[in-house]
Parts: sequence; C-alpha cells; structure tokens
Amino acid sequence: MSVLVYTENWDGKFKKLSFELVSYASAVAKMLNTSVTALSIGNVGDDELKKLGNYGAQKILNAHNDQLAMLDNQAYTNVIAEIAGKENASVVIISNNNTGKALAPRLSVRLKAGVGSGVSKLPLSADPFTVYKRAFSGNAFAHVVIKSGVKILTLAQNSFDLVETPNNAVLEKADVKVDASLVKTNVKDVKKQTGKILLTDADIVVSGGRGMKSPDNWGPLVELADALGAATACSRPVSDEGWRTHEEHTGQTGKIIAPNLYIAVGISGATQHLAGVSSSKYIVAINTDKDAPIFEAAQYGIVGDAMKILPQLVTAVKEIKK
Amino acid sequence: MKILVCISNVPDTTTKIKIAEGNATIDTTGIQWVINPWDELSLTRALELRDDQSTGVKSVTVAHSGPATSEPTIRKALAIGADDAIRINAESSDAYFVAAQLAEAIKKEQFDIIMCGIESSDFNGSVVGGMVAEFLGIPSVSAVSAINFEGGNPVITRDIDGGKEIINIPVPFVAIVQKGIAKEPRIAAMRGIMLARTKPIKIVEPVAIEPLTQIVSFEKPSPRSACKFVDAANPGQLIDLLRNEAKVI
Repeated sequence: MSVLVYTENWDGKFKKLSFELVSYASAVAKMLNTSVTALSIGNVGDDELKKLGNYGAQKILNAHNDQLAMLDNQAYTNVIAEIAGKENASVVIISNNNTGKALAPRLSVRLKAGVGSGVSKLPLSADPFTVYKRAFSGNAFAHVVIKSGVKILTLAQNSFDLVETPNNAVLEKADVKVDASLVKTNVKDVKKQTGKILLTDADIVVSGGRGMKSPDNWGPLVELADALGAATACSRPVSDEGWRTHEEHTGQTGKIIAPNLYIAVGISGATQHLAGVSSSKYIVAINTDKDAPIFEAAQYGIVGDAMKILPQLVTAVKEIKK
Repeated sequence: MKILVCISNVPDTTTKIKIAEGNATIDTTGIQWVINPWDELSLTRALELRDDQSTGVKSVTVAHSGPATSEPTIRKALAIGADDAIRINAESSDAYFVAAQLAEAIKKEQFDIIMCGIESSDFNGSVVGGMVAEFLGIPSVSAVSAINFEGGNPVITRDIDGGKEIINIPVPFVAIVQKGIAKEPRIAAMRGIMLARTKPIKIVEPVAIEPLTQIVSFEKPSPRSACKFVDAANPGQLIDLLRNEAKVI
C-alpha cells in the first residue's frame, strides 16, 4: 500500500504548491501507516526532484517521455493510473488546480476511485474514509465518505502548511510507454504571462470592485499590490465591464483563492464574491459603505474613499519595507 | 456538427444555504433552481456557434440527469435556444453516478462536442466533465475559456497556470468550460419561452451504477471574528496591524 502524489512542475521547477501536496500526502500516509511515493512527469533535474524528499516523499518517480511534453489528459491519465497500480496506491493526491481538475476525474473512472475534490484539511477519519470539503460554493462544508478501495483527493491550493522532514528519499526513473496515437492534444500556441505574480499562487491579493468607479483608477491599487508583492484581482462586475481581464475575476464563477491576506477595495461582498475568497486567512475591506456585507467577512476594515486611502497605504507599506 | 451541453440544476447563486434538521441534507424550502452558471455560459457559447453558419454546427442538445422536478430548468435551456433535450430519469447520488448516466445516454447518439461546466455551484466537484470523457474513451480539454472555428474545425483556448494554450483536437471531445467562454448568459425571450413548450425532451431510464462517494453530513462555515475598524484618517495603522498583529505582511 502507498499514497501516490502527482507533483506538477513548471519548466522543470516545482512550486510551493508541489511541496504543499507532498506535505499533505505525507500526513495522509501517517494516518494510514504507509509511505509516500511522489510522481513527477517531465524533464526535471535530480536536484529538483530530491527537494520532494524534504516534505516526506520516500520514493520519487520521474516519468520522462517526449510524448508527455504537453498536457494530454488521456496520456497523462494512462501514466498516473499505471504508476498507481504498480505502487499499489490506496490514495492518489493531486492539486485542485487546472491540471488536477483535468486529470482527477479521468483517473477516478479508470481506477474506479471516488474523488474528494478541493479538500482543505486532512481526512476526518481513515475508516470509513471521510473527507471534509466545501459545498455550495463555501456556504457549507460537507463530510463525504469515499467508499471505493482507491481514493483520489484533490487538494485546494494554499490550504495546507509545508512540513519539512529529514530527507531519505530514493530517486527512480519510471519506465513508461506512451502510445503516440493516443496523444490527441495538439498545442498550436502558448501565451504565457510573464513577470506577474499568479493570482492562484499569491500569498497576498489586492482586489478591486465597482467601487473603484473607473478602470482609470486602478493605478494606486496596482501600486499597493507591487509594494506588497501581491497579485491583483477583481470582482465579477469589473471583469464583465471589461475594466480588467476575466483572469483576474475572483468569486464563485471565477477563481477560487485562499491567500494569507485578501484586500478587497470597493467590493461590497456579494455572496458570489465571498464564495471565491472566504478561505483567505485574513480579509481586509476598504469601502465607503459601512453596512457593506464585506465587513462581515473581514477582520480589518476602513470605511472611506479608496482613492484617498490607497496612496497612504502605499506610503506606509514602503516605509516598513525599507 | 452537433453539440451537447450537460446541465446541472442548482440553487440560485444568491441562496442563503440552510442545513436541514439532522445535518444530512440541505433545507430546500423556498430555493429557486437555476441552470448551473458555468453550464449556462457553455450553452450560450454553443448557441452562438450554432447561430453562426460558418461553423457548421447544426444543433445544440442539452442533457440532464435528474428527476421530473428538474424539468423547469431543462425548459429554461430550451427557451434560451437549445433545440432539444435528454433527461435521464434518476435521483443524482454522486458525480460518478451522474457522469456514468450522461455517458450512457450520449453513447446512443452522435455528438461532436460535449460541453460541461468546470464546476457546479452546489457540490463544487469539478469532475463530471472529465468522468464523462473517460467513460466514453474520448479526449477532454479542461479549463476551456474559448471555442472558435477555423475552416470547420474547432480551435480551443485552455487556461494553464500562468497563461493560455491554443489547441487543436479532433472531434468528438469533451470541453470542460470555465468563465470567459461567453460574455454573459443568454436570456430567454418570450418567443423562446413559447417555443420551448413544444420542443422535445427525451426521457431515458438510468442504468445501474453504484456511487463511489456519499455525503454523510453538512456543516456551516465557522463564523469569522468581528471586523476591527481603522480610522480612515490614519490608514497607516492598518499596515501596522497587518504587520504586527496578523503577521501577514
């Protein structure tokens, strides 16, 4: 028996997300008295692979094959399913990010394994295997029993702290065959964002709503984000109006995020917006309306005009960062 | 070319969710049921593609797995413009069950593009679309934020962490759709509502499938502590609190 964790890499490097996954897998393995095998697909150097051992992976498998250069859901599913079988995995752990959402359901059908999706803490019990997950877009949480022999968990980003352990990991090459005729995804073009902190990775997010009044008013908000090393986000009306791109939209139908600090500027805090940000550790609200529902979700608030407050916050942040 | 859009029936997104006595279910009293927001956007894009003759998309069908009580939601999809509908007459138990039912119904017909919303706003599983694809043994593309046509072939944009990829993929495939696919959901016009009454809904009986998961109880999120207000005349104090009290910057 083992816990298998799929660790995604970006151009050969792991991100905090990958280490979170391994830390989580390691804690699940402890609950089940078993060990963690980490699987990495792609061209990743040995030194980078070994880092997974710092978070509790005992065995690190690297599957490298030219056919796997781009994410093809069927080809990746084949590889992960094959390894899960060989490793006799009873739990398979994947991120709940775009890649995880693409792979977990295919694996579920392949392995006849129930999925606990978007889990944010350890299983509540090992027998029956019960997980805790958000439901109704954060308006409730559900206790879900996974009845199948093999279980798949997708972990919500930024929901589990890194736990370092002494590294005693063994590195192995995973010998995988990929049938080229199976790879149907043909990537014609890639457009990468560069030089920006990704919203889903960010520890701090500064977000603007309709209370910002005009797309021309975003200057001081972006400046505050830059000073804090934060990503920028927005509410749905703002992206619907085209003031900001839809990639910035956080909320029920946009991105679901869980940063350490979420600063909501000119956002009233509709249920649909809170559904995307309520897992943030701290929420700060800046709004002219003292009765806005965002203040019920926030730990810190300022009632006032964002255009006057933001520049002063920028100055204060620069002062402490000196 | 034929498009199928899978739709889920969910509480209106502004609903205050109440947990029923005993915590095993949600209190559905007074809940307004709507098409899951991502499915509604998928349907809108599917209809735009059908209405653009250059794409070669001839029809849009909607499929739903649920009891007769969810028919108003299916009628709404027909009123918005779908040509016909399939309803699998089953009480949904889990995502695996629903996906298996949808796949069985889809197998009996020929669809080129199957669209599923990336998530449903009730159980937030994000798995049905991918499961349908795996049951059917066809490709899937996830986090799709655009579908266009070039020379009669679909061209897909998928979001990846930190960017976008433009993809060609042969039909049939499942597109798992997120925000951005359509600007805003299409709204039913009076004529559409009248027409919807006579559009066909095919009822299919479910196949025997054992669900893999079961919700045993619900709980409400723990309440947050009260908001601490900082005087607008001294915003710098906020930064001090975030630094020294919350320790997050």
